[in-house]
Amino acid sequence: MAAYVVRRLLWLPVTLLIVTFLTFVIARFGPGDPVSIAAGQFRDPEVLAQVRAERGLDGSLLEQYVRWLGGAVRGDFGESFLQQGFTVNELIFPKMWVSAQLGFMALVVVFTLGIPLGLLAARLNGTWIDPFIISALLFLQAIPVLVIIPPILWLFALQFDLMPVGGWGGLIDIWWIGGVIAIPIPDPHLYIPLLSMSLGGFAGVARLVRITALEIQTEDYIRTARAKGLPESTVQLKHVLPNSLLPVVTVVGFALVGILEGAFFTETLLGIPGIGRFTFEAVVSRDYDVIMAITSILASVFVLMNLAVELTYGWIDPRIRLGEARS
Amino acid sequence: MTTETAEVTRTADYATSHSSPTAELWRRLRRKRLAMIALMVIAVIYGGGLFASVVAPYSYTEQNLDRGLEGPSADHWLGTDRLGRDMLSRILYSSRTNLVVTATVLVSGSLVLGNGLGLLSGYRGGLIDDLIMRIGDIFASVPGLPMLILINATLSPRVLEFTRWVEDHTFISGLVSSGAASYLTVFAALSLFSWVGTARIIRAQVLQLRERDFITAAQATGATPFRIMWRHLLPNVSNLVILQVSATMGAIAGSEIFLSWFGVGVQPPAASFGQMLFEGSGARTFQSNPHLLLVPAFFVTALMFAFNLFGDAFNDAVRGR
Repeated sequence: MAAYVVRRLLWLPVTLLIVTFLTFVIARFGPGDPVSIAAGQFRDPEVLAQVRAERGLDGSLLEQYVRWLGGAVRGDFGESFLQQGFTVNELIFPKMWVSAQLGFMALVVVFTLGIPLGLLAARLNGTWIDPFIISALLFLQAIPVLVIIPPILWLFALQFDLMPVGGWGGLIDIWWIGGVIAIPIPDPHLYIPLLSMSLGGFAGVARLVRITALEIQTEDYIRTARAKGLPESTVQLKHVLPNSLLPVVTVVGFALVGILEGAFFTETLLGIPGIGRFTFEAVVSRDYDVIMAITSILASVFVLMNLAVELTYGWIDPRIRLGEARS
Repeated sequence: MTTETAEVTRTADYATSHSSPTAELWRRLRRKRLAMIALMVIAVIYGGGLFASVVAPYSYTEQNLDRGLEGPSADHWLGTDRLGRDMLSRILYSSRTNLVVTATVLVSGSLVLGNGLGLLSGYRGGLIDDLIMRIGDIFASVPGLPMLILINATLSPRVLEFTRWVEDHTFISGLVSSGAASYLTVFAALSLFSWVGTARIIRAQVLQLRERDFITAAQATGATPFRIMWRHLLPNVSNLVILQVSATMGAIAGSEIFLSWFGVGVQPPAASFGQMLFEGSGARTFQSNPHLLLVPAFFVTALMFAFNLFGDAFNDAVRGR
């Protein structure tokens, strides 16, 4: 187990090296030349060459990559091409913070709604309510994020004018009563993105919890608990509940990936200044250093998250031994 | 990975315990009403796409600016879009686009790459196995959507240049105007990211199969590694392959829609669900012309729903439920 973790951690920098190098090459391969934009109206070769040198875009591709890597390992991702005068760090970290807050809130919503609903469906197994909940969940899971947002926006923002159409106002809003009493409430800008981002994930979690709870009902230790005369409520609360929650931990990683991908659409459609929207803008306008910074940070997060998920499998269910399938 | 192995063994036992697994599987699947309905929905939507050139009442590019943004009528059953193009025809051709991308990606990514690399990795082992699996790890660990956007946004102009060159220097023509270039980029990028899951599952199964007597017997008779993989191992993992295909169809079809929504997938003039959804997705647009969003949304949701239902039911059928 320890050897496995060490091997995976040693492999991590290699993965990152390959991923960043490939991204570097792909990003350089596109059409257009941001240097001529950065050089402004002075298009003579001397100025272009000077800009190229300043931006570290001279020399061979490999030289450029090594130079970039040298900065990146020290946390210096260079300067943005398009928003001149800003370093990449100044641009991306505030946006990542916005996305992280939103993603975290969506994750909380997914689990606080999904788990009880899954348990409820499992409890009502055998009645008409269970298949009803399941079909509804399957349906929710099938609606792509990009389909659900406009109707939600129209309904809540335009028809009933309950919440703002888009934008971002942090997590907490203060609700003043009579200008004296302050009650903190979730910011109204949050409702629509949270709703659209958590729909699919919440349905997935509910289905998983239901399936596990149903499978656990037939386990030997549940029969034993019943046989020794425990009241049904104790059986459910002490034996079924904790064990149905275990597999949920393992899908946190997947849920996060889903939320991150959903964020691309949600942020773009709702005008939230997050990293999803910014990535897309950077790719389309070919802002080299921004693309590189985002890809390497996201890739590191992904690789670490995958490792963490794999490790939780072994931790939760000791019957699974990591690394054995490989030998 | 070990969880996969455990489930895999169960399906394999099933595969060897019946005389005709395919017939048995089909019999079991046919009893599931939901699965059959889902299959019919997929067949109708993709069938419409397949025969779009025959079924569609109008061309997908034919504009009639006098009749833009109309609701459903006798002339245009599903209304018209901003440029007065017939929505029904656009839907049918979008479905064709989606079918082409999904089918080609499944064949190349899951069937050819996933299967081939999985068999090779599991049977040969050693350095080849390590190499393939480590490459797979890299693809599995990078964030998919941003990478797909990056690849498509930067490479599609290059691919377009390349197809222009092909048209100029060979007798092939009509590639650029048909939008084949953007199909090619989407197809290549999605295939690159879709083989890992299949390869891992196949490998895990082959690792167990290769210790069986019939493989030893085949080796003893002097069968080449290629023959062993093709004639002896492949038929024994075919169930898993089908299972994997049924589970990933929806995701691949969805990816094409996502990419086209961002404008980095299939390019106009070719029709795509993603573009249609994008055109109808402003809140104000939805308020004034709801059919622009609702029409493609209905078909996309129906398709995704059918894929999910069918995938689940198929999974049950393979596992003997």
